[in-house]
Amino acid sequence: MIYQGKQNIWSDYQKEIPDDHWYYVRSCIRQNFFPASEKMFMEICRNVLGKDIYENEHHTTCGGIAYHCDTIPQETVMTIVARQFALMTEAGYENYVASCITSFGNYTEILETWNEYPELEAKIRELLWKACRKEFRKPKHLAHSSDLIYKFRNEIAEKAKFRLVNKETGEPLRVVEHIGCHYAKMFPSKGVGGAEYPYVLAGMIESWGGNVIDYPERRHCCGYGFRQYHVKANRGYSISNTHKKFESMEPYKPDMIITNCPGCPYFLDRWQYVIAEMEGKTYGENGFGIPVFTYEEVAGMVLGYDPWDLGLQLHQVAVEPLLDKIGIEYSPEDKYKGLNKKDIMKPELPSGIRCF
Amino acid sequence: MMNIFGFRLSASSAIDMDKVDRTLFDKLCAEEPDARRCMSCGSCSATCPAGEFTGMSVRKVLHNLQRGKEREALKMVSSCMLCGKCNMVCPRGINTRHLILSVCRIYKTEESR
Amino acid sequence: MNEIVVIIGGGIAGMEAAAQLLKLGHSPIIIEKSDRLGGHVGKWNMLFPDLTPAKKVVDELADSCRDANIFLNTEISSLNRLKDRYNLMLSNGISISTKYILFATGFNMFPAQKKEEYGYGIYDHVVTNADLEHWMNGNADKRMDTSGMKTIGFVHCVGSRDEKARNPQCSKVCCITAIKQAIELKNMYPDAQIYCFYMDLRLFGKKFEDFYTKAQRDHGIHFIRGRVSEVSEAMDGRLVVKAEDTLIGKPLKVSVDLLVLMAGMACNPDSEKIASQIALPIDTDGFLKSSDNIIHITSSAKKGVFYAGACTGPKTVPETLAEARSAALDIHTAIIKER
Repeated sequence: MIYQGKQNIWSDYQKEIPDDHWYYVRSCIRQNFFPASEKMFMEICRNVLGKDIYENEHHTTCGGIAYHCDTIPQETVMTIVARQFALMTEAGYENYVASCITSFGNYTEILETWNEYPELEAKIRELLWKACRKEFRKPKHLAHSSDLIYKFRNEIAEKAKFRLVNKETGEPLRVVEHIGCHYAKMFPSKGVGGAEYPYVLAGMIESWGGNVIDYPERRHCCGYGFRQYHVKANRGYSISNTHKKFESMEPYKPDMIITNCPGCPYFLDRWQYVIAEMEGKTYGENGFGIPVFTYEEVAGMVLGYDPWDLGLQLHQVAVEPLLDKIGIEYSPEDKYKGLNKKDIMKPELPSGIRCF
Repeated sequence: MMNIFGFRLSASSAIDMDKVDRTLFDKLCAEEPDARRCMSCGSCSATCPAGEFTGMSVRKVLHNLQRGKEREALKMVSSCMLCGKCNMVCPRGINTRHLILSVCRIYKTEESR
Repeated sequence: MNEIVVIIGGGIAGMEAAAQLLKLGHSPIIIEKSDRLGGHVGKWNMLFPDLTPAKKVVDELADSCRDANIFLNTEISSLNRLKDRYNLMLSNGISISTKYILFATGFNMFPAQKKEEYGYGIYDHVVTNADLEHWMNGNADKRMDTSGMKTIGFVHCVGSRDEKARNPQCSKVCCITAIKQAIELKNMYPDAQIYCFYMDLRLFGKKFEDFYTKAQRDHGIHFIRGRVSEVSEAMDGRLVVKAEDTLIGKPLKVSVDLLVLMAGMACNPDSEKIASQIALPIDTDGFLKSSDNIIHITSSAKKGVFYAGACTGPKTVPETLAEARSAALDIHTAIIKER
């Protein structure tokens, strides 16, 4: 692998990411899957980086899941999105930041479509007005929240208490980065580093001390694919894609996986349990899996936040071996304690994959 | 292992050339060098009397053999009636009839071993 | 007085045209931007289909045009038309006034790194057709690991027939070049498995089809119909190549030790830069536009301006040479008529 060749590509795909004053929209599913990630993002933006970031409780889904499941027409999705933009406009912001990759892809696609077909944009403005008497300005900048963490990765590294380094050996951790498909595959120029060799997560890993693993199935989909997973009969095909990725990354012995999509970390994490049950195979060391994180969780970890405040107890794959590797302290007995030490109850542990 | 999920891993349809054992095809080519000359024009399949009813196709037999799909190839070959029509239409003059007999001999002997 | 003819480009088209014009009693001036004559062919090793050494062809042409006035390392700073004459200002400070200009500006190799998915410049063992010729000419290339050539892949149509890469035309010579290079590598590494990934095999020229059947039958080169969709590097440094085997309708993958990208022919932006100064029309594919594509392929829309070779689109060596002769004859006829 010629690193400089990648750098050349990365320099071709740099996008303008605004410095401050962001309007933030959340994902439909992330708060259930990885509950502290979005909270940690706000915490980092506001209290670590000291930025102005605003969110509005009236925003809804972007319609992306329904759109990708072919259950609603595109004009409906566009009107939903137009309403989100109206909320941003009303709040006085022009930098739109999406937490979800599919939302980001959806917004990008819609803005590009409106550029190509201004008459469609005019129609959507009319529909929005009829529906809820709202008007909007298009965002001046559209970013995914991972773009922001990428932009400030070095500031985070300066303030970090830990690095992605094996405490015992001093070696950088071997980190797999997985980019959500809708981040840049549809519009390579809208992603940091493009679509073939995205840099958005690789940049964080490098900044925070890890080594990026480039394995043959790196570009492969995690297997979620809304239309596939949501139908039970298709789940075999969904998990087969995940399985293919793990088989491909296995020889590299990854210490962890970082993702920037709502679905990917969920499926890469939970399917490891299912693969273990079905095939009797685990991909981590000593019967453990490979822990999978959102980039906000990793940022929180290196900044020294308590792993249980980051919601890491909700992961299927045990994160403790990785915490030990880095040297992050945690209290095992507090793993299943919620706010104010309230017992949130320990789940039944699976037999095929080691968990705590 | 018991499966409690109601779904399982799907088998991959991908052809993995790294895993193809070429021994028998090389043996075939040593006897029938023209086996490599097929350009997949499809004349043989279009004219094959067995093809319409059984899926027999000399083109596909050769293709499958080179992609490590011997079982599929031999299943097709078993439907051949040796009428020789493919021999007539092949623009490259491949002696398909002779080729099919060689495939049967080389691969089937190997299979029964 | 001998009539001056300015030939822009010292590749095989320019050299052949100069040689013919000399024979017809005119005074050609070759303006070449690089430091040598021969263009792309000058960097090649062997030419299809008879494995003729490229050097032999270039040397012969150079010899036959040696009496021409040749400016190397020279570019055209400006070109304009004054009545029926053209004034050229050269980068070496010389200015020329002429009634006749021949564009022999050729093509550019498609930059293979633009097809990011193939990893040219990123993976350790990905080279282009031109790199391979350069290596075969005896130049060292660390991407060529000669100790471990067990499997080799050739990707046809890299940047050709590719609308998204803005190079929609067929580059014409890559199919036969891939077959030539595959046979050459097979001769060097007889135990290697060699795969050619193609969309269509376009083997139109004399003896090309023979070359193809020879590659299949005598050299056992595998032809897989399907465009390579992506290439990755495995842990051992080998390349994992993915394509569909479209003749069987299934995805296919193979690991190779060397991947050769058949970079196609793209238009030369310098042609357009010069041509635009006298408002010569550019075709939709970016190449110079002939008056028509059948009987006046060497004529331009402007009086006294002629074309030869790949500046109007991808051509083989013999086609280019034939066009150069044809253009020389057109220029000769025009000169006679004017007298």
